[in-house]
Amino acid sequence: MKRIYLDNGATTMLDPKVIEAMLPYFTAKYGNASSAHSFGEEASEALEKSRAVIAKSINANPDEIIFTSGGTESNNFALKSIAFTNKNKGNHIIVSKVEHKCIMKACKWLEQQGFNITYLGVDKEGFVNPDDLEKAITDKTILVSIIHGNNETGTINDLKKLGDVCKKHSVYFHTDACQSYTKTEINVKNQDIDLITLNAHKIHGPKGIGALYIRKGTSIKPWQHGGDHEFGMRAGTEDIPGIVGFAEAVKIAMNKKHIAYMANLRDILIKGVLEIPEVKLNGPIGAKRLCNSANFTFKGIEGEAIGGYLNNKGIASSTGSACSARTLEPSYVLMAIGLSHEQANSSLRLTLSRFTTKEEIDYTLKVLLEVVKSLRKISPFWEE
Amino acid sequence: MYSEKVLKHFKNPKFAGEIKNPDAVGQVGNPRCGDVMKIFLKVKDNIIKDIKFKTFGCIAAIAASDMMCELAKGKTIDKALKIKADDIVKGLGKMPVIKYHCSILGTQALKKAIENYQRSKK
Repeated sequence: MKRIYLDNGATTMLDPKVIEAMLPYFTAKYGNASSAHSFGEEASEALEKSRAVIAKSINANPDEIIFTSGGTESNNFALKSIAFTNKNKGNHIIVSKVEHKCIMKACKWLEQQGFNITYLGVDKEGFVNPDDLEKAITDKTILVSIIHGNNETGTINDLKKLGDVCKKHSVYFHTDACQSYTKTEINVKNQDIDLITLNAHKIHGPKGIGALYIRKGTSIKPWQHGGDHEFGMRAGTEDIPGIVGFAEAVKIAMNKKHIAYMANLRDILIKGVLEIPEVKLNGPIGAKRLCNSANFTFKGIEGEAIGGYLNNKGIASSTGSACSARTLEPSYVLMAIGLSHEQANSSLRLTLSRFTTKEEIDYTLKVLLEVVKSLRKISPFWEE
Repeated sequence: MYSEKVLKHFKNPKFAGEIKNPDAVGQVGNPRCGDVMKIFLKVKDNIIKDIKFKTFGCIAAIAASDMMCELAKGKTIDKALKIKADDIVKGLGKMPVIKYHCSILGTQALKKAIENYQRSKK
C-alpha cells in the first residue's frame, strides 16, 4: 500500500541531501572537535561552519548559538537555567497555557523548587495577547516563555510585540520555535528575544540535535556540566554529523518557495475538509498559521478512530483526542482555545512538508470524506 | 499497539448500526471521557435475537462494542448479563491496559439495554 505521511509536526523525513552532507563525519572525519590534531580540526571546522549557518538563519552571531540534543533539552535548559541563575532577582515565570509538554513539565518541576508560574490564557485562535502578558508581569518576574508556532493549532505568535513587552519590563523572553523555524521569519536584530529553542528533525534534519540561541549578555549558567564545549555553556562532545546535518537542513529550508508551496497545499487541504458538513478548523487561517499545519474538529466522531481509519488507508495523521492509546486526557491546547472535551476528543491534525504532493492531498481528501461518513453512520451523536 | 482482532472489528464492525423498532435501547458513557455506546436490542422468548450498536469512541471502543454484540447475540437474557469485560478482551485477543475501560463500558451498555427491556415488560 502506498503510504502518505501527514504527521510532519511530529517529525520529518531526513532529506537525502542532508544525509549526504552528514556521511563523511561518521567515517572519514570522525574526530572530536576538542582534539588538537588534524581529525579534531576537521570536526571543529565543521562545527563552526554549521554554527555560522544556524546563526545567520536568525540574524544572530555564531557565539550566541549553543548546540543541544534537541528541542526538549533546549527548552529545559532555557527555563531551568534562567530560573536558577536569576533567582536573586525574583521567582516568577510566565508561560502560556498552550506550551509544549516539555515546557509545562519543566514549569511543574520549577514550582516544586519554589518558583511561581503564571499560565497565560490564549484567545480562540490560540494567540497570546501582549496586553495580557504585560498585566501578568510583576517586579518578581524574571522570565517569559511563549511558544512561537503552536504544534497543535498552528498559531504563530507575534514575537515582535511579545518581545517589546518583555524588553520594556527588563524580563528575559524565551520562545520555543521548534515548529516555526524556517517556516516564518525569526530575526533577533528586530525581535527582542533573548533565548530561542531550535531543532533539526522538524525541518528534514536528523533527530537528536537542536540548538539554543542565547543573546549575548544574558545571565545564564550552564545546566549540564563537564568539559568546556559550546563556550562552556553545554558540556558533552558535540555530535558533529548531527550538527552538520542540522546546518544542511537549515540551508535547504531557508527558501521562501518552500513556505509558499506548503501554504498552498495546506489551503487546498483546509478548503477541501471544510466542505464536509459540521467540520471546524482549529486555529487561525492565512499567514498567521504555520504553512504546513491544519487541525480540524469533526462533529460526532472521535479523533483516534478517524486516525485509525486513515492509518488503514496508509495515511499518517495525529490526534488531539483523549483516546490515543497512550493517554486518556484530551489536548490541553485545544481546551485552551475554548474547545469542549467532546470537540477536543473529535480533533485531528494533518501536517505537511515540502515533500507532500498535490496528489497526496487529493487522495487524503477523498479518503477522509469516506472515513467521516462511515464513522458518523455508527455514531450515536449523528443524525442523517 | 492494537491486536489484529481489535483492528478487524474496528474496520468491519458486523453489528454497527441501529435496529428499527427495537425492544429496548441502552446508552452509557460520557463524551467528556471519550466514549459513548448505544445498544439496540430485539428480544424474543427471552433470547437476544438481534443486537446493534452505535458508538462514539476510539478504535478500542468500537471494537469492544462489536465484540460485545457478537458475544450477546443468541444468548438468553440471563446469560448475556453474565458477559464480563474480560470475555470481551479475550474475544479481541488483547487490549492495551489503558483501554480496558472500553470493555467495561461494553458490558455496562448491554446491562443498561437489558434493564430497560425488563422495565418495559413489567
